[in-house]
Amino acid sequence: MEITDKIFKFFGGIKPNGHKAISTINPIKRLPIPKKLIIPVRQHVGKVPNIKVSVGDKVLKGQILAEPIANISAATHSSSSGTVIAIESNKIPHPSGLPDLCITIETDGKDEWIKRNRIDPSNLSSEALYETMKSSGIVGLGGATFPTHIKLNSNKIKTLIVNAAECEPYITCDDMAMQEKTKEFIEGIQITMDFLKIPHAIIGIEDNKPKAIEKLKTVLNKSKNITIKVVPTVYPSGDEKRLIYLMLGLKISKEKRPVDFGIQVFNVATLISIGRFFYHSEPVISRIVTVTGALKRPNNYEALIGTPIQELIKDAGGKSDQEIIMGGPMMGFKLPHTDVSVTKAMNCLLAITDEMKSKDTFEMPCIRCTKCVEVCPAQLQPQELYWHAKSKQFEKLTEDYKLFDCIECGCCSYVCPSNIPLVQYYRYAKSEIRDQLKSSEVADIARERNEFRLYRLEREKKERAERNAQRRAQTSDSDKKKLIEEKKAAIAEAMKRIEEKEK
Amino acid sequence: MAIIDSPAIKERSTVNMIMFTVILGLLPALFLQIGFFGYQILGNLFFGIGFALFLEAVCLKLRNYPIRPFILDGSAFVTAWLLIISVPANIPIWTLLIGIFFSIVVAKHAYGGIGSNPFNPAMIGYAVLLISFPKIMTNWPISDGFEIRNFIQFSQFFSIANINEAYDAIVSATPLDQIKTSLFLGKEVNALPISLSTLSSYQMIAILYFLGGIFLVYKKVITWHLPLSLILSIYIFSGLLHLYDQNTYMSPLFHLLNGATFLAAFFIITDPVSSPTTLKGKIIFGILIGLITVIIRNYGGYPDGIAFAVIFMNICVPLIEKFTQPKVFGYE
Ligand code: SF4
Ligand code: SF4
Repeated sequence: MEITDKIFKFFGGIKPNGHKAISTINPIKRLPIPKKLIIPVRQHVGKVPNIKVSVGDKVLKGQILAEPIANISAATHSSSSGTVIAIESNKIPHPSGLPDLCITIETDGKDEWIKRNRIDPSNLSSEALYETMKSSGIVGLGGATFPTHIKLNSNKIKTLIVNAAECEPYITCDDMAMQEKTKEFIEGIQITMDFLKIPHAIIGIEDNKPKAIEKLKTVLNKSKNITIKVVPTVYPSGDEKRLIYLMLGLKISKEKRPVDFGIQVFNVATLISIGRFFYHSEPVISRIVTVTGALKRPNNYEALIGTPIQELIKDAGGKSDQEIIMGGPMMGFKLPHTDVSVTKAMNCLLAITDEMKSKDTFEMPCIRCTKCVEVCPAQLQPQELYWHAKSKQFEKLTEDYKLFDCIECGCCSYVCPSNIPLVQYYRYAKSEIRDQLKSSEVADIARERNEFRLYRLEREKKERAERNAQRRAQTSDSDKKKLIEEKKAAIAEAMKRIEEKEK
Repeated sequence: MAIIDSPAIKERSTVNMIMFTVILGLLPALFLQIGFFGYQILGNLFFGIGFALFLEAVCLKLRNYPIRPFILDGSAFVTAWLLIISVPANIPIWTLLIGIFFSIVVAKHAYGGIGSNPFNPAMIGYAVLLISFPKIMTNWPISDGFEIRNFIQFSQFFSIANINEAYDAIVSATPLDQIKTSLFLGKEVNALPISLSTLSSYQMIAILYFLGGIFLVYKKVITWHLPLSLILSIYIFSGLLHLYDQNTYMSPLFHLLNGATFLAAFFIITDPVSSPTTLKGKIIFGILIGLITVIIRNYGGYPDGIAFAVIFMNICVPLIEKFTQPKVFGYE
């Protein structure tokens, strides 16, 4: 694909107030090592890794706590040195509020690293690199948490796009990371390009990050193979497919994946962790979290994975009973519990502001004003999706109105004058449809099973009948024999009688 | 605990803000109307809107809806306003109230209330009145030009007696109506009995509707698709007739400045509930309303056919939408 300087503006989108300045005043901060680290065993999409430690074990910083067991899986590491004091179910930051298996480490304060071997990527075969990556614990740190090594295992990729848009209001972790960890960032891009054997990468960044842009431009000064494309600040330019369109002018529907077009998109934080892993032998044991919103001192923190979030909130001047959104105000979710710890997916902790609390939620009927249509970046008809979701016309939703192309960005809800929680309706409809599909799959399986059972019964019946027939045939055979014997006997007897008479 | 659904933030936009902007767009024209034709229209607005809100409250109560938020959405207010400025200012108040009743109770609530009404409520009220009271509905007050006095007498509109008196004011058919009658009688276009001051007052009001409409587009309450397609459609179709026979058919400009062309283009056919949601659909809707209007104006039994054209096209909205669904991102 040819790369030009052109920016392809996508349809729709919104321009909410960014609130980004409040968390970018001070540099990224580090807190003292927490007394306890509560590390969820699985922090990625895919298989639960195999736990390699037991309670009482001494662990070192960077030591593998759990090892990937399948391809779609990732390792989990200890973020500091100490002792494993518990392996048990614990609260985790997930919208469901359900607990999951966590490893609790009591830190010893020494922060002692495990012995690290410097990996020289240029000396490794691509298979070896792939295997090494698997143990790095690197997953999509933009929030998707898909194991990254899978994305690197493709020789079809021609274009690498770096998602540095960071379009959600309030979130600034990528912005700050690009300013302070520019070297690792560029290293990460380089190594990923080597991995994918492609000569070119494009960084897509919103124009509300002038400092990061300037820094990147000076560093990349001579480099011809990494292009920076500055895009206007329009939410959701950081959505993968919107960003691809912005960069390349290529529209990809739900039915296709970027890989099908030779495109792979990586997030800033993910690339930095790739850079760190290969050049500094550091697996994912920390991440940068924006702690912002209704707090006295919003800031970005480089937090160890497993750090209780209350420590961050307290340091940022918040109270322990504050309601917190994980992620941004558009797509984030309210944490069911705030006594959870930092995970790889946690890019932002947003203390709910008065503005959010006072949001008008009285739902009026849809007046078909099409404000939602004007902002839908997927070019859907949100008001039709809403009508059909409400009346449960699921087939129309998927076939005619492409419900599953909805990226749940929330632009429609943001503008709706009738305050309709549109995204909630779509999520509900999507899960209903998935359930229906699942139950129809189950039904299919059941039907298949039943058909098989009937077939089996039928077959058994037939077999039984055959056996009976055979048996009957057999019996009649013996009967015949008997009859013949009897007859023979009778004849013999008769003959005897005749002979006797003749005598 | 506050309910926080994603998104947690929302633009400040409500239905009543939209309705308020619509009223703002209508205010300049109202100012001229008072200046040209007297204060009666204020009385109509006062009693008409009051009655509309009363009916709205009763219907909401009967249908078990919370009254406050729904009455404050401003939709009944705007419907009543649009009906009132579409009828002659000297209409007897009881006639007006019948129209309001049909708009609010029949066209709106009987069909499921705001968001569900397939027909434009104001136009249903208007059509009912036009069919039932053709004489009243085609007798418009005449004007001797803009008079400041009309504003000073303003306070009198609260007196019912005055409103009834208004009915006896000097009236005549609208220019559009007069011309049609004259044409039917075989007169030629350039020898028509229109008082220039009356003609110009109607046209000035029309221009203010146009400007108010531009304000709505600027405020993003409406998009340009509906008004532009209706205006161009009327212009082109009446222009074709005019080209065909200049003596029988009025100029396209006359058609734009007379009748309810601009009012309808910006304020009536843009009612979101009863117009198509797709952009292509909006354009088709506007063009067809324009075409039907030109046909009724020139060949039908009524002076201005916009109301009928709108109602007829309202029926076609689901069909238009069905065939104009735009392509989704990535499916083009
Ligand atoms: S913005 Fe809200 S009220 Fe307007 S069409 Fe969309 S869903 Fe309906
Ligand atoms: S949430 Fe879905 S329907 Fe709404 S604007 Fe985003 S993509 Fe469109």
